[in-house]
Amino acid sequence: MKEYLELFTSFFRVGIMTFGGGMAMLPMLQAEIVDKKGWATEDELLNYFAVGQCTPGIIAVNTATFIGYKRKKALGGAVTTLGVVSPSIIIIMLVAAFLGNISQYPVVQHALWGIRVAACALILSSIIKLYQSGVKNVFGMVMFLLAILVTGVFGISSVFMVIFAIIAGNVYRYFKDRKGDTQ
Amino acid sequence: MTFLYLFLEFFKSGLFAIGGGMATIPFLYEIAKNYDWYTTSELVDMIAISESTPGPVGVNMATFAGYLAGGVPGSILATLSLVLPSYIIIIIIARMLDAFQKNKYVKNAFDGLRPTVVGLLTVASFAIVKVSFLKEEVKEIEKLLVAIDWKAVVLFAILFGAVVKWKKHPIVYIGAGAVAGILLNMQF
Repeated sequence: MKEYLELFTSFFRVGIMTFGGGMAMLPMLQAEIVDKKGWATEDELLNYFAVGQCTPGIIAVNTATFIGYKRKKALGGAVTTLGVVSPSIIIIMLVAAFLGNISQYPVVQHALWGIRVAACALILSSIIKLYQSGVKNVFGMVMFLLAILVTGVFGISSVFMVIFAIIAGNVYRYFKDRKGDTQ
Repeated sequence: MTFLYLFLEFFKSGLFAIGGGMATIPFLYEIAKNYDWYTTSELVDMIAISESTPGPVGVNMATFAGYLAGGVPGSILATLSLVLPSYIIIIIIARMLDAFQKNKYVKNAFDGLRPTVVGLLTVASFAIVKVSFLKEEVKEIEKLLVAIDWKAVVLFAILFGAVVKWKKHPIVYIGAGAVAGILLNMQF
């Protein structure tokens, strides 16, 4: 029971501290789930994001479900999912019922301007951490640069890049093992 | 009946929107056209509010739409319907990964996927960098220097230095950013 409560409160915190989309959640997940609780490693986080890229739904929810499942199977996944969406339900209901369009107030706009800049700084530091854990050799470096080139420069769907990476990972291992045999 | 449609519509957008919260916007437009829960101009406000409040933006928008359609129960129902498909799909995938964890092809696939996803996330972060550092949309490269929000660039450099040096919890920097934003942009 205690762990369910911990799963709920941790993901409640991740939800309430995330402004914007899935990317903004990355620093919060690293702080709460990887550093503080040790429920997942940076590598596992990357695995979950990889699956989240090519499955439907909101990345925040997908990642929460994965980590919940890893700790406490299907019920754990339900608890973390509820945890990550609960702040939204509470806050949006309050805003809709009492405040109206808060995004029109200058003070909110100014604060959000600063929050976005802070989120950029946090995301850059998160990506550096993920790079250090996810890109370990020349093959990794090639895949990293290729992903940026294909999706960022040529604008090709990331689903294509994910499928290509699955094949490339296996082809790379095949040639590496064969080389190992002949030596 | 509203609740049944609410469930079906948000289950559908949760099932077919691939690539995060923003991908649900086309579905929300369709809902605005097909039902009288909210108008398309209310939807524009909904998107702005959802981006200005804590929580994943896709979840926020669903909660908001559900509230307009059916009050408090509507907002809870819309949100749960949105996340139900991903929950089911991820539980199935997580089970499969459990079973195939030791399979060498799955392992090799993830060896290829991890560096790729770092690249994909880098590209995804360009979107937030663009709205943070550019005052307007840039079409020609010559106009780039004029469009850059230098105040934001300086604040970014300071905050990034602080993140690297002190490694405090991210919420500290989010709070600092909010305060700095108010102080730097207020007209006194």
